[in-house]
Amino acid sequence: MTAAIVLAAVQTSRATIPDVITFAVAAAVILVGALGVVTSANPVHSALSLVLTLFGVAVLFIEQDAQFLAVVQVIVYAGAIVVLFLFVIMYLGVDRRENIEAEPLRGQRPLAFVLVAIALVGILAMLAAAHWVTGAHAVAGSTTAGGKSNVYLLGKAVFTTYLFAFEATAALLVVAIVGAVMLARRPTNELEDEELESAAGDDESGSGADAGGLPRHGDSDGVDDVPSDAAANAPAHGEARS
Amino acid sequence: MSINGDWYLILAAALFAIGAVGLLVRRNVLVMFMCIELMLNAANLTFVTFSRMLGDIGGQAVVFFVLVVAAAEVVIGLGIVVTIFRRRVSTTADDLHVLKG
Repeated sequence: MTAAIVLAAVQTSRATIPDVITFAVAAAVILVGALGVVTSANPVHSALSLVLTLFGVAVLFIEQDAQFLAVVQVIVYAGAIVVLFLFVIMYLGVDRRENIEAEPLRGQRPLAFVLVAIALVGILAMLAAAHWVTGAHAVAGSTTAGGKSNVYLLGKAVFTTYLFAFEATAALLVVAIVGAVMLARRPTNELEDEELESAAGDDESGSGADAGGLPRHGDSDGVDDVPSDAAANAPAHGEARS
Repeated sequence: MSINGDWYLILAAALFAIGAVGLLVRRNVLVMFMCIELMLNAANLTFVTFSRMLGDIGGQAVVFFVLVVAAAEVVIGLGIVVTIFRRRVSTTADDLHVLKG
């Protein structure tokens, strides 16, 4: 079946055999990675499968003469975003298997499959019926204008045609940084409460096992640390929890 | 010369569908974020494919901006997950029912 698809791909386009093989391998890697993200019981495995998919997409970017985006894809996605995912998974200590068979909302999964199948059929029908891709080529900003490199052309487009959007992304990144800092830091009164509480706990028990704070949710199931957190937060947010 | 763009579009549609199923089916918030990344990648692949088919660099410029927005989205989303986790001790979307009025 795969051979038939490859043969059909060769016949319906002006591609060479290596192009088709590259595409087939990259497509298989992408789909395997995507299914791995969805079906892995362990979030760490999901994140590693995501890396697989991102590399496959980067290969297809190179295959389509978008070299700069392929490099950025690997650096930003695989190098930064997935690492951020893994960092949060490890920080929260949720790197263990979860029961993905459980279905809390009855009938939700069949409904999700049906809806996505309808959407997929709609996209493919639109693809089969439309003829826009055979229309006239763009006059300005071609991908191969004058034999210039991809980086040159993309940089020229970003810094001329899309200059305002580029500046807007700078503002967006600043807002994201400020938002992340605001979300991540605790209010100072909660911090003081917690410090007082942990100091008192150390005096009473003398064990000091939690003083380091690092192995909090790591190897245990993390439940026994939570009541102290909840108690520390309760005066400020008591009504929100009830 | 790469192969016909239709194959890229079909692959991108399949990738988008897998991401959508994962987003609807999974309960772990972190995995749901990863599924959103899958869907964004499917859109990126579509943009680059059309960029090549139409010979227009604008498609690749859009992908550049999508990358930036995806990075910002992940940073804020994971910050929210960490904030929720301090209170709820699991990263399941069902635990957010306390947000209802």
